[in-house]
Amino acid sequence: MRTLAPFGRRQVAVTAVDDAGAYRVLRVADPAGPLPAAGQFYMLATVQGWGAGRDERPFLPRAFSFLSAGGGELRFMFEDVGPGTSRLAQLAAGDELWITGPLGEGFRTPHDGRRPLLAGGGVGIPPLAAWASELGGSPLALLGFRDRTHAAGAAVADAAQVRVATDDGSVGHHGLVTELLAAELARDPYTVVYSCGPPAMLEAVRALCTEHDVPAQLALEAGMACGFGACYGCVVPVRDGGYVRICVDGPVLDADRLERVPAH
Amino acid sequence: MIEFCGLRLAHPIINGSGTFDAIAARRAFGDALLDDFPFSAFVSKTITLAPRAGNPPPRLWEAQAGMINSIGLPNRGLDGYLEHDLPQLAALSVPLITNVMGSSAEEVARLVEAVDARDEVAAIELNVSCPNVRTGLDIGADPVSLAALVRAVRPLTRKPLIVKLTPNTADVAAVAVAAEGEGADAISLINTLRAMALEPGSARPWLGGGTGGLSGPAVRNVAIAQVAAVARRVAVPVVGMGGVADGTHAKDLISVGASLVAVGTENFRDPRAGARIAAELKSLQIAGSPSTYVNASEPRPEVDANWVDS
Repeated sequence: MRTLAPFGRRQVAVTAVDDAGAYRVLRVADPAGPLPAAGQFYMLATVQGWGAGRDERPFLPRAFSFLSAGGGELRFMFEDVGPGTSRLAQLAAGDELWITGPLGEGFRTPHDGRRPLLAGGGVGIPPLAAWASELGGSPLALLGFRDRTHAAGAAVADAAQVRVATDDGSVGHHGLVTELLAAELARDPYTVVYSCGPPAMLEAVRALCTEHDVPAQLALEAGMACGFGACYGCVVPVRDGGYVRICVDGPVLDADRLERVPAH
Repeated sequence: MIEFCGLRLAHPIINGSGTFDAIAARRAFGDALLDDFPFSAFVSKTITLAPRAGNPPPRLWEAQAGMINSIGLPNRGLDGYLEHDLPQLAALSVPLITNVMGSSAEEVARLVEAVDARDEVAAIELNVSCPNVRTGLDIGADPVSLAALVRAVRPLTRKPLIVKLTPNTADVAAVAVAAEGEGADAISLINTLRAMALEPGSARPWLGGGTGGLSGPAVRNVAIAQVAAVARRVAVPVVGMGGVADGTHAKDLISVGASLVAVGTENFRDPRAGARIAAELKSLQIAGSPSTYVNASEPRPEVDANWVDS
């Protein structure tokens, strides 16, 4: 699904930045923006001090899938891991952002009555949380994290019935989220999987769904300069040859279009 | 309205080739793009004879005040462009400039002839940042090679022929003079500067293509120097570009001799950058306010070697 973006970037104000475990939830007032479709993303840059970090970065805006939207507000979730997210982590209520969006193609509902199953983890939860909310009926979401602090971020997926796995076993299943997914697919293969997460996890989900002959929609991520098809930077190779741009053909792609999920 | 090579344009701001995809932008923004098109003419991405998938990723590297790209000119090829892209680009309300590239004069001639036959195309831009298949050197880096290319294709079209120069050459003005001497109607510059980024902590190139092209504010002062050098030596109009992000930067390139200014990397940060920069330029020109940089016509302040604009 795709909601068209208003043409151009628009200036919006931060209303709050909240903690969610190891993550931050950024809330912005976007009264003029349309309601996005789950899986779509926005390009974000601060109006002040974008380019004032180490090595004068960040320079390009950063792409983020939205976590939730409504009441004239958009919410994004991120972890402070690089120059872009580090600048965003400094924001406080009243600070201003440039945003462009919503962009890209989001998730699609299957028409064959399959059970929706959400699987992912880490900073990949926002599009899954948004999709659970759009689907309704509290779908099952299997979410994997490094440890307890990161797993606390799962609370944002409040429209889903969440089952957690952690690498260190500090909370939920001790192991990989794909172990939970394998058990679920064995129990009820009449399922469609929606996934977002780090590349290695996404590739494991893709391989598992292929093995079980279960359709999957993957929300991919890649470094991108523009978000609207101009730069041709965010490509992934597809099975039928050539590349597709994640920003306009994705970020949600059917898993069977990919030979594998690229490592970066 | 301004006049450029016989085209009537609403303002002096166009896009650099390969920095705005009007077809993809319409998918993202809908018909609002057509109603509010940011450029006074649209320059297509580079079209080659055969389709190209482009370079393997990663294709981008964020640099200090800019970026390095190694995209590899993905396009549908000439036939795909004429059948698929051109009818969609014809929906734009501004003149269309088609950018073409070939690795030999014969290839470029076929491209120019085919594009010349289409009424939707108002002008042709030659991308000469391409290695000559025989010498391995960029055609646009060598005045002799470039003169031969322009001589071969000039008679094939009556549409305005713009030659887009590479900055990766010893004497860009000599190359511009060679193009003008063989009948180029205009010169555009600069293309990106050849650059390399390393995968962090390694000696391996980060970009799938090995090297790439540096663009953005980091190259702005290179552009000013090269546009000035070319504009002093040729009589044909010059399209200046390189790191333009606001009206002041556009005014600087015009002040050293550019007739039009193209916006490239800034489009990625601001999809309506063209319209914004055109409006900023207009208000600067009305106000007649000086550049924020040292005005060359006035006495220079006493500064040391590390002087920067405060």
